[in-house]
Amino acid sequence: MHGLVQLAYIVATGLFILALHWMNTPATARRGVYAGVAAMVIAVAVTWAEPAVVHHAWIVVPIIAGFVVGVPLAMVPLTAVPQRTALSHAFGGLAAGLVGSAEFYLGYSEGPATLTTFRMVAIILEILLGFLTFTGSLMAAGKLQEVKWIPQRAVTYPLQNLFNFALFALAALLGIALVLHPTAQWAPALFPVIIGLSLLFGVLLIIPIGGADMPTVIAILNSYAGLSAVAMGFVLDNKLLITAGALDGSSGLILAIIMCKAMNRSFTNVLFGAFGQVQQAKAGGEAKVYKSETIEGAAQVLEQANLVVIIPGYGMAVAQAQHKVRELYDQLKKRGIMVKFAIHPVAGRMPGHMNVLLAEADIPYTDLVEMDEINPDMPQCDVALVVGANDVVNPAARTEKTSPIYGMPIIDADRARTVFAIKRSKNPGFAGIDNELYFSDKTWMLFGDAKSVIGELVKQLSGGSGMH
Amino acid sequence: MILQEAAAAAATPVPATDLWSQLYVFVLASFIGLGVIRRVSRLLHTPLMSITNAISAIAVVGSIIVAGSDYPRNIRILGAIALFASMTNIVSGFLITDRMLKMFKSPARPGATSKTGDGGHA
Repeated sequence: MHGLVQLAYIVATGLFILALHWMNTPATARRGVYAGVAAMVIAVAVTWAEPAVVHHAWIVVPIIAGFVVGVPLAMVPLTAVPQRTALSHAFGGLAAGLVGSAEFYLGYSEGPATLTTFRMVAIILEILLGFLTFTGSLMAAGKLQEVKWIPQRAVTYPLQNLFNFALFALAALLGIALVLHPTAQWAPALFPVIIGLSLLFGVLLIIPIGGADMPTVIAILNSYAGLSAVAMGFVLDNKLLITAGALDGSSGLILAIIMCKAMNRSFTNVLFGAFGQVQQAKAGGEAKVYKSETIEGAAQVLEQANLVVIIPGYGMAVAQAQHKVRELYDQLKKRGIMVKFAIHPVAGRMPGHMNVLLAEADIPYTDLVEMDEINPDMPQCDVALVVGANDVVNPAARTEKTSPIYGMPIIDADRARTVFAIKRSKNPGFAGIDNELYFSDKTWMLFGDAKSVIGELVKQLSGGSGMH
Repeated sequence: MILQEAAAAAATPVPATDLWSQLYVFVLASFIGLGVIRRVSRLLHTPLMSITNAISAIAVVGSIIVAGSDYPRNIRILGAIALFASMTNIVSGFLITDRMLKMFKSPARPGATSKTGDGGHA
């Protein structure tokens, strides 16, 4: 029986690796989902069949509840995918934290033999990571969902980092005390204190992080959720948990690194740098003038173009404009105009956010071009149409040494012959930084909601072609 | 003598020697993870994140053992909540990944199921 269980776990591990491997191209990616589901079914079935598992109702009920909550969560609109992802990191962290707690109290009641130093270290890591991921991800989800009582912008206060660090050090010290004396009389009372500190730390860790940094933070939390599963694997001596958790942990790590590179920032800077603070000093500078353009004028320029590059950002997601963008794409394509989408790695609120929205609108993925590939073509671009993007096209990143985004790779919209920028209001973007691009000679603003502005453009273009 | 030792080893849940094989597995799995994830198309980073969510809900295995074994009731309650949380992640993670992946279409080309769609734009 034991051999069979292990064999099944090895098969599941292989399937998980294949699942991720098949994600390397859209053509095979769905196969990856089936492999993942198969692995999970095997893992659940084999574990459930263990002789030690006797209370079946205790398993059936939570599984049914998981379906009841999980299915609607999978049906959210794609613009809400970042929140959903953050929420599922929270669930993952919670599960790890609870299992870790259960293992500790079980071990405590069973006697010192079970709580070896190694297991205690793993349990402490599991609950620290698990519970801080839980509250941290809930905070992130709240910020992304724009819940009223969670501030969207970075919240900072004096000695914030020092305080957070001290808090974490305290939790770690108490953890070490528990590792050394796992069966002391005070141990069961100290354990919840560590949990509490970890929960608090999760909240405080996310409070100073603004919306523009969310892609990185979500990736880091993804990594933590995976590592807490690894710790659980150490506690339970289960290699399937260790491998699957490690796959998740490394995935989060790589995504976080990619996001950091795309912002020219380091991990520590994202976590402790409190973006959104720096530029307050710069606000209230000289009033510059935008030039705005009418829909008719913009439509005429678009019609004359050979290459149009559309640069989407979070504003497109907020306005749910992706389907209108698709109509515009069709109108331009019909005229033989080449249309490409320039995708910045941190556009939107999570890695790959824009690609999913545009794919939802049926835009073929071959027209979604990464920043590094599109930039050399930007000087040949007749019209760059910025749809709700801001910081990712801000030339200050190249020129303005004092700018908080200085050094961040950007999409060279300013090198196009003409730039149209659709913007909801005259306020600065999420990072709160003024955008030089909007005041450039060749830039024309189209003020309004992205969806309605593009809708008007489409109407103009389709009406115009009908008249001929 | 050997039998006794084996029995003693079986009784303790984590034999000390297994520490190293666990770490070994962890390190190898991490490197495999890094290698595989690095090759994932940038187009698919959102679905990648949702599928890894679902995969890390493998915590379901631990939850089932805690919830279903003959442990004190309070312990099993913790396990049951953990099981609910993991199951939610499994169900919603795989479903939404598949839902998103269905949307990624290559341009309709007669007879071409583009396997190299990634590098298709020159």
